Amino acid sequence: MYDFEFARPTTVSEAASALAAEGAQALGGGQTLIPSLKNRLASPSLLVILAGIDEMRGVDIDAGDSVVVGGATTHAEVASAAADSFPALAWLAGNIGDPAVRNRGTVGGSLANNDPSACYPAAALATGATIATNNRKISADDYFKGMFESALYEGELITKVRFPIPDAANYQKFEQPASRFALVGVFVARFGQEARVAVTGASENGAFRWAEAEAALSADFSSGAISDLSISADEMIRDLHGSSTYRAHLTKVLTARAVDAAS
Amino acid sequence: MPKDNGIGASSKRREDVRFLTGAGRYTDDLNIHGQAYVCFLRSDTAHAKLASVETDQASAMPGVLRVFTGADFEGVGGLPCGWQITDRNGEPMKEPAHPILAQGKVRHVGDPIAAVVAETAAQARDAAEAILVDYDEMPAVVDMKSALESGPLVHEDAGTNLCFDWGFVEDNREAVDKALAAAHHVTTLKLTNNRLVANPMEPRVAIGDYDAATDVSTLYTTSQNPHVIRLLMGAFVLSIPEHKLRVVSPDVGGGFGSKIYHYAEEAFCTFASRQLLRPVKWTASRSEAFISDAHGRDHVTKIELGLDAEGNFLAIRTETLANMGAYLSTFAPAVPTYLHGTLMAGNYKTPQIYVNVKAVFTNTVPVDAYRGAGRPEATFQLERVIDKAAREIGMDPIELRRKNFIEKDQFPYTTPVALQYDTGDYAATMDKLEEIADIAGFDARAAESKRNGKLRGLGVNCYIEACGIAPSNLVGQLGARAGLYESATVRVNATGSVTVMTGSHSHGQGHETTFPQVVSDMLGIAEDQINIVHGDTANTPMGMGTYGSRSIAVGGAALVRATEKIISKAKKIAAHLMESSADDIEFADGQFTVAGTDKSVAWGDVCLTAYVPHNYPLDELEPGLEETAFYDPANFTFPAGAYACEVEVDAETGKVDIVAFAAADDFGNVINPMIVDGQVHGGIAQGAGQALLEHAVYDETGQIISGSYMEYAMPRADDIPDLIVDHSCQTPCTHNPLGVKGCGEAGAIGSPPTIVNAVVDALRRGGYEVDHIDMPLTPYRVWEAISR
Ligand SMILES: Cc1cc2nc3c(=O)[nH]c(=O)nc-3n(C[C@H](O)[C@H](O)[C@H](O)COP(=O)(O)OP(=O)(O)OC[C@H]3O[C@@H](n4cnc5c(N)ncnc54)[C@H](O)[C@@H]3O)c2cc1C
Repeated sequence: MYDFEFARPTTVSEAASALAAEGAQALGGGQTLIPSLKNRLASPSLLVILAGIDEMRGVDIDAGDSVVVGGATTHAEVASAAADSFPALAWLAGNIGDPAVRNRGTVGGSLANNDPSACYPAAALATGATIATNNRKISADDYFKGMFESALYEGELITKVRFPIPDAANYQKFEQPASRFALVGVFVARFGQEARVAVTGASENGAFRWAEAEAALSADFSSGAISDLSISADEMIRDLHGSSTYRAHLTKVLTARAVDAAS
Repeated sequence: MPKDNGIGASSKRREDVRFLTGAGRYTDDLNIHGQAYVCFLRSDTAHAKLASVETDQASAMPGVLRVFTGADFEGVGGLPCGWQITDRNGEPMKEPAHPILAQGKVRHVGDPIAAVVAETAAQARDAAEAILVDYDEMPAVVDMKSALESGPLVHEDAGTNLCFDWGFVEDNREAVDKALAAAHHVTTLKLTNNRLVANPMEPRVAIGDYDAATDVSTLYTTSQNPHVIRLLMGAFVLSIPEHKLRVVSPDVGGGFGSKIYHYAEEAFCTFASRQLLRPVKWTASRSEAFISDAHGRDHVTKIELGLDAEGNFLAIRTETLANMGAYLSTFAPAVPTYLHGTLMAGNYKTPQIYVNVKAVFTNTVPVDAYRGAGRPEATFQLERVIDKAAREIGMDPIELRRKNFIEKDQFPYTTPVALQYDTGDYAATMDKLEEIADIAGFDARAAESKRNGKLRGLGVNCYIEACGIAPSNLVGQLGARAGLYESATVRVNATGSVTVMTGSHSHGQGHETTFPQVVSDMLGIAEDQINIVHGDTANTPMGMGTYGSRSIAVGGAALVRATEKIISKAKKIAAHLMESSADDIEFADGQFTVAGTDKSVAWGDVCLTAYVPHNYPLDELEPGLEETAFYDPANFTFPAGAYACEVEVDAETGKVDIVAFAAADDFGNVINPMIVDGQVHGGIAQGAGQALLEHAVYDETGQIISGSYMEYAMPRADDIPDLIVDHSCQTPCTHNPLGVKGCGEAGAIGSPPTIVNAVVDALRRGGYEVDHIDMPLTPYRVWEAISR
């Protein structure tokens, strides 16, 4: 770790102005950032810790149709607060990492980092979530820009994330054996007739929506509806834990399983 | 009735109180006044000449005491190898130099190039980053076949990447070829034993502390064998005689073999402390451990098993490439040879066996013994090929094994690969296994799995290991450059409590609990009156340390011998007190009695008399009550067992779940059944890690791809089902005083083939024509095998 200064704002505007400084970086739960500091892969001169900002914490069930999560809310809080209103989201949050990770790691940190194997991006895309920052609202479809890339500007903060609650939903996570991140994860959500399918872990371009499956499932929300589909392995990730073909295969298997579980 | 004290009692592990409450004293917990910190600059390139190593800028940085490079170690010894193999042509193995810091060339990612000693760890690291290394990169060789065929030379002066070409037993070669040519059926299998990283919970740490006033160097280190380190480092590297060198290994958080060896960092810290007159400390990060701890396994093998028409084994021939990595680690050459070839008979009476091993240098981290060391590799080949043979000849795999077992009345049994098994009853452990694993009920469970969309498979496996390493004269003939006895000093204190100094070293095994059980049984005093001291060359007799499941079999035997000497002397003292002859004294339950009388004195009185010798036969007997024994075993011990595993495979994803596991082991006599259970549990979990999860993978440029827990999968609690373990089958060892065989490695030896056998069985039952999948059987590999 290199040396750095530490700021502990209590409001979003204090945090935003602290982050305007050269070399400043937000610290959510630190589950990604602290290991990279320890490995000297990042060298911020100022860490702005978000955990003390009350307006960025907590989970609201808004009008019964959305779960609104503060950007600095931990996965563990989401797992318990959304258990009744949006069980698929709660399950997703409750299966991230281990208890230590879940009690530190935050929704905002996960979405800001946009790891191609992270779970929240799939939920955000499949539900059509809205990502609110300190100066605008971004729809999930406009937010994800590829591996570790997002629509956020330098120093911009995720303050809240609004996840519309689907009529039916399920998240299937196939774990990478070592990290237990998603080797492939598929979030399926149905709002009325409209089905949305978001895939994480698989693509070199980060989480994405599988349009063909969405079309087929919007017509017939059953796993049989996608049995003739296949998804191209081009641009899928290949590594120690699976080829691109394997990931393409898992995408389809998990989509079918998610549909079965959601129906 | 289970006992509640002494041999056979499940005494609670007394050391766990401090381990579980954070009160252990590990090497990194030690901080010596005035200590400085080291950061090693390690090669990030697998193979390169060092054009230059610029340290000026680093030396000038804040807090830096000195920057060392290879040049500072000219004239200092390199790391020695403790075992010399003689190859098939009678030539000694290639034994290239292994410098403390690179001398002009780096040979693997992680090879230390320079070391910065500074006031703080952060300053040392900052300065290490400021060292400028100009690498002349060379092509790297990672694959063993290419290393032998055309690869660049890891050591130019060796002239080859072949360390040795070993045949065992060379005289059997022709007979084996003939037997295979004439066999009714030959089953052939090619397989890889995957490279592993030991990953003990505690990373390695070393602190060198030179006391100029006494000219004594002390090394605190995370070692499984402090005396061995003292001998190797003192005599071969730094030329410090033993009386000026103390090595201390306090609490050590697991080793699994990786902490046996003498490492460069130990020699460096000792050396640097003498140069700088400051204590010098190094603590490995986990990332550093991946590229500097010796790795394990990494064999590529072809095995052939010849059978007659009835399924009797006729002959076995194996050809193995064994990866040595870039340098020879302390015991590396012994692992694929005498710890591997000698085990190729397994539990079976195969009359003809020939083992060929080519050891190969590559641009990877050195490979050495890892829990089981050679024996898992042997068992894996043998038990996989037997399973395949059973399928090919249409015989039940259990029946085929039973048919070929060495029979109970054939012991002692001499194998064609040089070992003499003293005792065993392999049919009994198989009977026990069939019972505890409910083999008969498998079909019903398989049907249930099928209803749930899963393929269920059953794998069975037998293993034997040679433990209790080892008769010194024998290993000396085989190339060991050390003896393999063990030692114990039993010090009876004046008021009757006992302090035992042992040359064994506990780093998880529970010696602090089990060793007192033995002494308690012999002396008739409570276990809590007995304390174990280990891990410090200053206060323990020269011992060879703990590995190879040797502590109770060899260290325990030394302990018994020393305690017998105590009893013998104590009887003389008792005889004097009771005015009788020592021959007439009986000792039981802590009382010395004159045979046939009611005259007796208690243990405590005898002890006090020894140290307050007012009424004492001083002209015949020295006062005091302290004895030392060294025990050199007459043979190896041969624990053996039969394991069964059931897996469920999700054919859509390739995911394997171990759903049941049973182990029937014969460890001979058992000192503490609970601790033995724990050793088997841990071994099975570690073997499951090898079978399903763990893999140290290099890319072709010599970069380790699985160099962190993000990529290197360790077994976790939820990977392991409830384990049924049984060690009620007991054929006691005939040549050590406790009749014990050792249990530390069994699980890690027996479980990988069991699991792989089960997965292959599941896939075959599902209609997939799969013969073998190389470990680790990750979902991806299983899916690939079935979608081919
Ligand atoms: C062992 C382990 C297992 C894991 N398993 C999973 C898993 O299975 N699935 C999964 O999805 N994730 C997993 N994670 C990641 C985990 O979800 C982390 O919480 C996440 O990566 C980052 O969140 P954080 O709050 O810790 O962010 P930090 O590490 O604090 O920050 C990450 C990045 O986001 C920025 N940032 C943080 N908060 C905000 C904000 N509110 N607005 C803008 N920028 C911000 C930081 O500046 C930094 O660049 C795992 C992590 C670990 C250590």
